[in-house]
Amino acid sequence: MTKTTVRVAAGQGFWGDWLEAPVRQVEGGPIDYLMMDYLAEVTMSIMQKQKSRDPNAGYARDFIPLIERILPTLVSKRIRVTSNAGGVNPRGCAEAVLAVARKLGFAGKVNVGLVSGDDILPRLDELIARGHELRDMDSGRPLSDIRDKVLSANAYLGMGPIVTALGQGADIVVTGRVTDTGLTLGPLFHEFGWRTNDWDKVAAGTVAGHIIECGAQSSGGNLLRDWRKVQGLANPGFPIVEASPDGTFVVTKHPKTGGIVNVPSVTEQLVYEMGDPHSYITPDGVADFTTIRLKQAGKDRVQVSGIKGGPKTPMLKVSIAYFYGYKAVGTLVYSWPEAYDKAKAADRILRQRLQDLGLSYEQILTEFVGADATHGRLAGPASPDAPEVQLRIGVRAREKAPVDRFTREIAPLVLTGPPSVTGFAGGRPQVEEVVAYWPALIDRREIEPGVKVEILKA
Amino acid sequence: MPRNSRTRQKPGTKTVQLRWLAHARSGDKGDTANVGLIALEPEYFPILVKQVTAARVQRHFKGMVRSVDRYVLPNLNALNFLLHGALDGGGTISLKTDAQGKVYSTALLRMSIPVPTGLARKVSGAR
Repeated sequence: MTKTTVRVAAGQGFWGDWLEAPVRQVEGGPIDYLMMDYLAEVTMSIMQKQKSRDPNAGYARDFIPLIERILPTLVSKRIRVTSNAGGVNPRGCAEAVLAVARKLGFAGKVNVGLVSGDDILPRLDELIARGHELRDMDSGRPLSDIRDKVLSANAYLGMGPIVTALGQGADIVVTGRVTDTGLTLGPLFHEFGWRTNDWDKVAAGTVAGHIIECGAQSSGGNLLRDWRKVQGLANPGFPIVEASPDGTFVVTKHPKTGGIVNVPSVTEQLVYEMGDPHSYITPDGVADFTTIRLKQAGKDRVQVSGIKGGPKTPMLKVSIAYFYGYKAVGTLVYSWPEAYDKAKAADRILRQRLQDLGLSYEQILTEFVGADATHGRLAGPASPDAPEVQLRIGVRAREKAPVDRFTREIAPLVLTGPPSVTGFAGGRPQVEEVVAYWPALIDRREIEPGVKVEILKA
Repeated sequence: MPRNSRTRQKPGTKTVQLRWLAHARSGDKGDTANVGLIALEPEYFPILVKQVTAARVQRHFKGMVRSVDRYVLPNLNALNFLLHGALDGGGTISLKTDAQGKVYSTALLRMSIPVPTGLARKVSGAR
């Protein structure tokens, strides 16, 4: 029987979000689904690197101890989970979940839905050979320019395989690169039996997913308007969508939690990372954000309605990560008086030394934290009375050697540069590998036939 | 040379910073930062639509962004600005503290626009 309300709760806004959130979502009140988004743009490449060192790795490892913590509640309250924690190894992730379920005595009681087919790394050469140029959506360059540096390549899948997995009885759906919105759309289309070409419903579910995909960022976290009035953020209530079969929904949070759900908090999240609001494109359809109606419908309840959408496009986005080079960032703190001038002098000295050593970089960027680091020249002239200014210098190069040498040039400034300097106890800056993002498009007919859904039993 | 907005001021108007008229949130897509600018009160929205044009925002961020697009969302009393080339390469390439454009939002709220004197008096920070 079709439910009249389906509650989808956000448990994580990104890999590294508050660990208590999913626990409080399943325990703090009624929900039907817990959705957890783990994948930012370059997360897949980090996971790919981990997998190349250990074939069992390559997914969001935090997901497993979390499931272990909440599984008894999931089972007793019949809450189902959708998550893209699987990263570049959804099978390894699914098997780790099954192992935890068995360990807790839920053998035969938990079904894991495994979604795969987003990973096109093994197919790249074949795709390029058949004329798929996979051009960078920003620069227009063909992928062949950097083919030898590619670390991961994944197509963004939509809700389709999640709807299938839920229909086949999955309790926990583990995917690779499924869009964050797909994790919310899947449960709604499964529960309400909406047709996947009902574009207004797709758009409504997409907006619902977008509102909760960044966790507490729609329920009082990072809220600029009246930020002092947001109470209880030590225990922030993560957002919950209460969806109705007609495509309208309410955004809310559990009682006795902090934060706030109001029209401003939801609006700030709606405009977050927005492009052209008339066409918010996902693999499942195109949502028109200029049709969204918001209305306060009680304390910590915002009613969302009116959403219109259009058909899905023939293309899927592909997220490609490639090795770019190296970077490092060094910092030192200069104190009053004339802190800014001292930091500026140190920057000049350091740059001269790098030049004298014959080191070259793609970029050297100097920022003065406390003066211009966040707003640049808009911050106005630095105060000569600033109590302290942090010198922050970053360098980037294609080769490792100049970056490595740079990391050894920060500490010497303490005894060989301007006075009243501190804040170097952290030691030498780390050389970081730069993995860059290459967004491209591919015909969905190349991807969709290879998408696979399996139900694994604990 | 910073232009003195007061010299251009029409009679009956005063300039106020956007922080008294709007709130904002920003994010990133590659080397583009977006800023969603949301009117604090519905009656401020037409003023924002008229005064906070793409050209004026581009001038505000001169030297910091390559170009600016603007979209209007009357349903949310909001404007969305795309600031292209704002993130020094963006993503993991950028060396900036704000590589993901998280605080371009408040940088836009520094901008001043002329509003009727009565409104300027009503909102805090009126000059």
